[in-house]
Amino acid sequence: MSHTFDEISQQLKRRHRKSARLKWISMGSLGLAGLFLILFFADMLSKGLPAFQQAYIQTEISYTEEAESDGRQAFDQELLPLISRTVVRVIPMELRNNPEMIGTSEAQWVLANSEVDQYLKGHRHRLSEEEQAALDERVEAGQVDLRFNSTFFGSGDSKIAENAGILSAVVGTVMTMIVTLLISFPIGVMTAVYLEEFAPDNRITQAIEININNLAAIPSILFGLLGLAIFINFFGVPRSSPLAGGMTLALMTLPVIIISTRTALRSVPDSIRHAAFGVGCSNWQVVRDHVLPLAMPGIMTGSIIGLAQAMGETAPLIIVGMVAFIPDVGASFTNAATVMPAQIFTWSGEPEQAFVEKTAGGILVLLTILISLNAFAVVLRKKFERRW
Amino acid sequence: MQTNQLLLIFCGALLLLGLLAFFAGRSKATRLRSAGTAMFAQPDQYAWFTVLSTAGPAVLVSTLGAFVLLLMGADIPTLYLLAASLVIAAIGLMVSLNQVKPDFHARQAIERVIRMVLAGAALISIFTTFGILFSIISEALRFFQMHSFWEFITGTTWNPGASFLASAGRGDGSGAEFGSVPLFAGTFMITAIAMLVAVPIGLLSAIYMSEYAPRNVRTVAKPVLEVLAGIPTVVYGFFAAITVAPIIVNIAGFFGLDASYNNAVAPGVVMGIMIIPFISSLSDDVINSVPDSMRQGSLALGMTKGETIRDVVIPAALPGIISAALLGMSRALGETMIVVMAAGMRPNLTANPLEDMTTVTVRIVAALTGDQEFESAETLSAFALGLVLFAVTLALNLVSVLMIRRFREKYRVNNL
Repeated sequence: MSHTFDEISQQLKRRHRKSARLKWISMGSLGLAGLFLILFFADMLSKGLPAFQQAYIQTEISYTEEAESDGRQAFDQELLPLISRTVVRVIPMELRNNPEMIGTSEAQWVLANSEVDQYLKGHRHRLSEEEQAALDERVEAGQVDLRFNSTFFGSGDSKIAENAGILSAVVGTVMTMIVTLLISFPIGVMTAVYLEEFAPDNRITQAIEININNLAAIPSILFGLLGLAIFINFFGVPRSSPLAGGMTLALMTLPVIIISTRTALRSVPDSIRHAAFGVGCSNWQVVRDHVLPLAMPGIMTGSIIGLAQAMGETAPLIIVGMVAFIPDVGASFTNAATVMPAQIFTWSGEPEQAFVEKTAGGILVLLTILISLNAFAVVLRKKFERRW
Repeated sequence: MQTNQLLLIFCGALLLLGLLAFFAGRSKATRLRSAGTAMFAQPDQYAWFTVLSTAGPAVLVSTLGAFVLLLMGADIPTLYLLAASLVIAAIGLMVSLNQVKPDFHARQAIERVIRMVLAGAALISIFTTFGILFSIISEALRFFQMHSFWEFITGTTWNPGASFLASAGRGDGSGAEFGSVPLFAGTFMITAIAMLVAVPIGLLSAIYMSEYAPRNVRTVAKPVLEVLAGIPTVVYGFFAAITVAPIIVNIAGFFGLDASYNNAVAPGVVMGIMIIPFISSLSDDVINSVPDSMRQGSLALGMTKGETIRDVVIPAALPGIISAALLGMSRALGETMIVVMAAGMRPNLTANPLEDMTTVTVRIVAALTGDQEFESAETLSAFALGLVLFAVTLALNLVSVLMIRRFREKYRVNNL
C-alpha cells in the first residue's frame, strides 16, 4: 500500500489543519471563560448601579395640629401614595419633640416610595395611570429627582425597600472578620511554623499534613454543621452572633493560611537559617528573628486572600443563624448580626422588584471590597517579593 | 455579668503576676551576672522563662477546668477555679525564680515550651476534622435510630412534613419519609451539568495557556480566570436565579420545551463557570510539568503540534487532569448557595434537567433554617445528609491526591 507524494501532502495538509483547529478551539474556550466573566460583571453593574441612586420628591410639609397624631396629614394628599412610609412615620414624633414647629410649614426633599423609584429608573412598577401622570408632571417641574442613595450606605436592613441599607451588614462583616482573623492567623502561622521548622518527619506530621489538605477541600456547609453542633449547641456560644460565625469561618480559613504560610516559609533560602544557626541562635531565635520577618509579606498575602474568601462565604453562616434581620447598626460580638453575603441572600428572597436592585447593589459593594482586598494582596506581594 | 468581671480581675491579676515574674527574674539574673558568674543564658531569657512558668500552668489549669466544667457539668464555681489558677501562678513564680541559676539552660527550657505550643496549634486542625466527624456522626446516629439507614439510602420519597407535626405535638410522625435517592439524583444531575461545562472549557483553556499562549497573554489570563473562583457563591446564586434561569426558560420555550424557573440547568451551568479556574489552573500546572523531552521526541518523529498535544502531552498529564476534575467535582457536590438560590426545593426524581429538582445541600439548609426544634427528625436528617456528603467528598479528595502523587512520582516534579 503505497501513497503518491500528492496523497501524502494532502494527508499532511489535513493533519496540519487539524492541529490548527485545536489551537483555535482551545483559544476559543479561554475566550469563552473570559466572555462569561465580562457578561457577569456587565449584568451585575447594569442591575446594581441604579441602587446607588434613589428617587426624592420635593414637597411642602405642613406641621399642623392633626399631623401630631397622624403623620399623613402633613402632606399633600395627592402626593401621599408616592412618599415613603418611613418619612410619614417619623412626623408625629418629631412634632412631639419640637412642639414649637406646629403651625409652620417648610418645603423639603423627602424620600419617595420604592415604586416611584422603580418607575423613574424604568423598571417594573405598580403605579396607576393617574399616579404616573402626576409623577411625570412633577418630573417636568423638577420636583422629583434621582439623587445619591445615602440611605443605602448609611442604615441597616428594613422591610421597606427604599429604607433598606447595607451598613449593619458591613459592620457585622467587620466584626466577624475580626474574630476570624484573631483566631485563624495566629493558629495558622503557628501550625505552619511548626510543620516547616520544628516538626520531625514522622507519621504524625504526615497525618497532620494530609489532614490540612483535606480540610481545605471539605465543603463549607459542613463547617456550618460543626459550628452548629459544637460551638452553639455544646459550648453555648450565642446563635447568630459574630463570635459563632467568626469561629466557624476561622476553622475554614485555617487551611488557606497554613498552606500559604508554609509556601512563604519554604521560599526563605536555607543559607539564612544556616548563617543564624552558625552564630549560635536556637531554633526559635532563627524563626523569630530571621525566617518569619522574611516570610511575612508572603504570609500577609496568603492571609488577606484567605480573609477575602471567608468574607464571601455564606453557607456556614446560614447554618449558624447569621441571616438575622438587623435593622439597627450595632456593634457587639455576642448579639445577633448579619454579614454582607447573608444580607444579599436575604434581599434576594424578597419578592419586591426594588429589592432585586438592592441585592445587586449589595453585590457590587461586596465585590468591590473583595477585589480591592485581593488587589492589595497582589500589590503587597509584588512590592515585597524577594527573589533569592 | 458576674463571670465577666471575675474573668477581667483574673486577667489583670495574671498580667500583674507576669510582669512581676519578668522583672524579678531579670533582676535576679542581672544581679548574678554582675557578680561575675558565667551563665548559660541571657537575663532576658531567664525573665521570659519565669513569665512562661508563671502564666503557662495557670492558663492551662483554668482552660482545662472550664472544659471539665462544660463536659462533666460539674459545678465547681468559677471563682474557685480562677483562684486556684492564681495560686498555681504564684507557686510557678516562686519555683521558677528559684530556678534562675547560672547552670540552668533557660533558653532551652523556653524552646521546649514554644515547641509544645506550636505543636498544640498544629493539632487544632486535627481537632477540627474530628470535630466535624464527631458532630456529624453523633447527630446522624440519632437520626438513624428514628429512621432506618436502609430506607434512607434506598427510599425514593423525601417527605419530612409529618415529622414536623410530630415535633409540634400533633401526629406521631409515622408518615414522614426520608428516602434520599431523589436528593442525590438532583445533586448528581446538577454536578454532571457543571462538569460538562467546566471540564472542556477548563481543560482547553489550560491547553491554550500552557502550549500556545504567548507569555504576556498567559500572565493576564491566569489571574483573570482566578477572579471567577474568587466571586462569592451567593453572587453566583443571584446571577443564576435572576439572569441565567430566565434565559434557559426562554431558550427551552424557543424549542417548544417547558422549563421550570427553578430548572437544574441554570445552577449547573453557573456552577460550571465557577469551577473552570479550579480545573484550568491545576491542569495548567500539570501540563507544564510534563517533561519537554517528550514533546521534542514527538515533534522529531514528525507529529504535528496538535497531535503531540493530543497523543503525548495529554495522556502523560492524564492523572493530574483527572485529579483536577475530581477536585472540581467535590466542589460542585458540596456547593450550597448557588443551588439554594437557583435550584428548586421540591425533591423530584427525574432525568429531565429542565424540571426543578433539589439537592442534598439545599435540604440541609432547609432543615436547619426552619423553626423545628433541634431534636426533630427533619433537623437531624441534615446531619445524616452531611455525613454522606462528607464521605463522598472525602473519597473524591483522597483519590485526587493519590492521582496527583502518582503523576508526581512518575515525572519527578516537586512543585505540585
